[in-house]
Amino acid sequence: MSFPSILFAGPQDHTNGQPLDEPDFFGDLNLDQIVAAVTAGRDEYDLKPFFYFPLSRTDEIEYRHEVMQDLERGTLLELIKSFSQQMSTMREHLAQADGLYNMYQKEAWFLDAVEVYCDAVKCLEEGLLREAPRSQGFLAFHDYLVSYVQSDRFTVLLAETRKVRADLVAAKYCIFITGDGFKVRKYESEPDYSVDVEETFEKFKQGAVKDYRVTFPWWPQMNHIEAKILDFVVRLYPETFSNLDSYHAKNCNFVDEAILAFDREIQFYMAFLDHMAKLKRAGLKFCYPRVVNDSKEVYAHEGYDLALAHKLVSEGSSIVCNDFQLRDGERVVVVTGPNQGGKTTFARAFAQLHYLAALGCPIPGREARLFLFDFLFTHFGREEDIKTMRGKLEDDLVRIHAILNRATPNSIIVMNEIFTSTTLQDALFLSKKVMEKIREFDLLCVWVTFIDELAFFSEHIVSMISTVVPENPAQRTFKILREPAGGNSYAMTIAEKYRLTYETLKERIES
Amino acid sequence: MKAFLMHKDRDFDLERELPPNEKALAQDLALPVLFEAMALDDEFLLEMAKRAVLSSLSDPESILYRQDILQDCLKNSSIVRDIYNVAVESIENRQKQWWATRYPSTIMFSAVEALKMFVGQLRKLRTIADEHADKFDSDGFARLFSMLIAELDDEYFTRIEEYLSELKMRKGMLMSAELGKGNKAVNFVLHKTLDKKQGMLERIFGRKPLAYSFRLSPRDEIGAKALSDLRDRGLNIVANVVAQSTDHILSFFQMLRTELAFYVGCLNLHEQLIQKREPVCLPVPAEPGRRKNSFRGLYDVCLALSVTQKVIGNDMNADQKDMVIITGANQGGKSTFLRSIGQAQLMMQAGMFVPAEFFCSEVCNGIFTHYRREEDNTMKSGKLDEELRRMSDIADDIKQNALVLFNESFAATYEKDGSEIARQVTTALVENEVRVFFVTHLYDFAHGLFDSKMRNAVFLRAERKADGTRTFKLPEGEPLRTSYGEDLYHKILTTLSPTPKLSAGK
Repeated sequence: MSFPSILFAGPQDHTNGQPLDEPDFFGDLNLDQIVAAVTAGRDEYDLKPFFYFPLSRTDEIEYRHEVMQDLERGTLLELIKSFSQQMSTMREHLAQADGLYNMYQKEAWFLDAVEVYCDAVKCLEEGLLREAPRSQGFLAFHDYLVSYVQSDRFTVLLAETRKVRADLVAAKYCIFITGDGFKVRKYESEPDYSVDVEETFEKFKQGAVKDYRVTFPWWPQMNHIEAKILDFVVRLYPETFSNLDSYHAKNCNFVDEAILAFDREIQFYMAFLDHMAKLKRAGLKFCYPRVVNDSKEVYAHEGYDLALAHKLVSEGSSIVCNDFQLRDGERVVVVTGPNQGGKTTFARAFAQLHYLAALGCPIPGREARLFLFDFLFTHFGREEDIKTMRGKLEDDLVRIHAILNRATPNSIIVMNEIFTSTTLQDALFLSKKVMEKIREFDLLCVWVTFIDELAFFSEHIVSMISTVVPENPAQRTFKILREPAGGNSYAMTIAEKYRLTYETLKERIES
Repeated sequence: MKAFLMHKDRDFDLERELPPNEKALAQDLALPVLFEAMALDDEFLLEMAKRAVLSSLSDPESILYRQDILQDCLKNSSIVRDIYNVAVESIENRQKQWWATRYPSTIMFSAVEALKMFVGQLRKLRTIADEHADKFDSDGFARLFSMLIAELDDEYFTRIEEYLSELKMRKGMLMSAELGKGNKAVNFVLHKTLDKKQGMLERIFGRKPLAYSFRLSPRDEIGAKALSDLRDRGLNIVANVVAQSTDHILSFFQMLRTELAFYVGCLNLHEQLIQKREPVCLPVPAEPGRRKNSFRGLYDVCLALSVTQKVIGNDMNADQKDMVIITGANQGGKSTFLRSIGQAQLMMQAGMFVPAEFFCSEVCNGIFTHYRREEDNTMKSGKLDEELRRMSDIADDIKQNALVLFNESFAATYEKDGSEIARQVTTALVENEVRVFFVTHLYDFAHGLFDSKMRNAVFLRAERKADGTRTFKLPEGEPLRTSYGEDLYHKILTTLSPTPKLSAGK
């Protein structure tokens, strides 16, 4: 019996063997920050490649949703946590074994590792029975686990491990230390001297007294005296140690591959749930989106930028959520409005929501229906790149061209303040050209711009604007609303606030 | 092993909280003078005197238990001091000998040394018990001596001596171990190395079981260090037990010191009063609520300790009375008298002798003082406000059969109003079965009570002779309109040095 994966419903979507690089748009969308935060502390599992691989089928997404929902229910999460902890301990023990020279020390650590592994497997198997998960992924994995635990491979391993351990526990010995040496022999049930002493002085006892026991430093290596003693103990119990030798030789590949893979892959969910829990504690909402590939009528209620949310929550401040909705033939959101009003954040959130949905993760928001894209493209204004030997405007055009060449009707494009390196008239002209192409391809697109005219270009465009508090235009709300583009960037109010308007600045300089 | 000299059935609790009004009591009754006389510069005695005097016993039986022991102490003062000194010496020796260390072998060495010293001290105790037990009559001492004789018999000393020689482990050290993490040795347990006569090695490996031995090369310093480390690990548990055993014995001596310290304090005080030829007596405690309070020659013990001349005692019979109202001449001994009432009551309830020729009183369920205080400068409240707040604090804690000593309370206002407050407060207290002593110049208040011919009140008046001299006696007498303040004016005018007056803030 085999078990494919807790991450993928079918074998065709496997990432194994093919090293994946971070997608181009990760930096623009701050997805790199999100993935770094989500996977933090889990380096040993090498989880990032899983986050570089959006799914292409809705049933694959459903598969992950089910697993994730199982983990959110009851105490399954705790069970998996303790399983992972044990597997991690097992790896530490094996690494410890590798780092030692003395054969019997290596073998002792190896035995510890196997014990921890056997216990981890059994606890997980029993735990899953108790938790009764409902997802296809967990059901299949549990079936696999049950058959593995019942297999000869596992039962023999377990029995041998217990036998070897019991023999080692029984190998008690006595050391008689004299001034210049020692003798070692088997232990013969001599009584504990401390009990004797304790009884003699008991009568004076008035209350609790101090603990004088010293805590000794401990390290895995042995000095030559310890090694000598172990050597004598091996000679006193020859059979015990020859059994240990053969046990070690026989079981060096004791870990089951599928279980090892599960231990890694389940971390994808654990990592995301952990991250989510932190933000949920701060009052933020997550939901499982409906992910569709047959309709571009997408919406999200109370969506937000996950990277920004993480930053703000760590600083103790709150984040502003925004909605979007595309109906009927609407395909493009043109976002205009005041500076520093949250336009770029809105565009990022739109793309992040779609990307996270394609990973099969819950998304930051209250409710959403999202489109399962084939490619996601971003075009954010960049620093001039000396190496390309091109001007900024030219660079913009080259990049747009490349995107439009690769885009299909199922792609999503996010553009942020392009064509700024030219006159308004030129920019409007170029933008309209690009917009025509987008219209032609029926692409889903969010376009952040200062060119208000673009918002009125066609009926497939939705105009959204960043807003200010009416009584105090210097104060941003970070709300992006579906309203006609207005043309006031409120830059003047910011200048007034900093006493940089004409009169005030003049007065300041004169005085 | 328990001494039970302070209570019949339990240790004296050094952690027990003192009554919340302990500061006021000490200040108003000049108790620090008493404590210092008991302590004679010994901090521990001071602490014990304070605790014993301020945490009153609550029934005649437990007072009599201490009185019996105190009588034994007075009779055999040098023997009692000897026992106390053995305890103190043991504690001090141990402090000198002990050193902090991280090595079980050193802990063991230090503990064995301490044990040796303690054994010597325990033998001293045993000797005192053997020689002097028959001179003591109290239940408390009888118990202590019979315990010492029974528990510290010769056999027991022999057993300890054996340990002391065994624990040196001159011939070697036997321990067992198990295979732990990475097959390193764990769970070290020390075992007894048996009978020397048979030859240790033969006995240990007598049945010739398989054994392997290893001898360090003389130049193997790392090996020697490792072996001593191993020895330390093996000794860890037993060293702990031995060190804890010395702590147990130490705690026994500490307990003994605690139980005896109060009596040693009493001996110190007694010697000073006898030297001054001031009378003392063991008081007669009555059950709470019996309304017993009579005495002869009661004097202010703190005043007596502070002046060279003999002080004047007073008599009173307030049996069946709830209220004692004290009025009369300024500088006439009213405050001194009130203080002596409080002191004697506290001393009686600590099980001590009292400064009087005869003293009988019911056991109070709490003693409170409400004295006029200096104006406080925190600007938090006015003076009457402050006084009433303190009165309210007392009211929070007070119970039936408590005793309240008022000294010129509620005078920080118009006489009529102060009198009214005083009347209402005292009436309420008395009707709730609280006993009240009230020193006052409030004529309205005092005379009003006198006129009402209450059968449960006594009126005392500080005496002034016709020439203005004070006798410091307080016979019964009707409250007067004057307190002869004018006398004081004349007295100071003629620059006579006034009689020392032990009162806070005057």
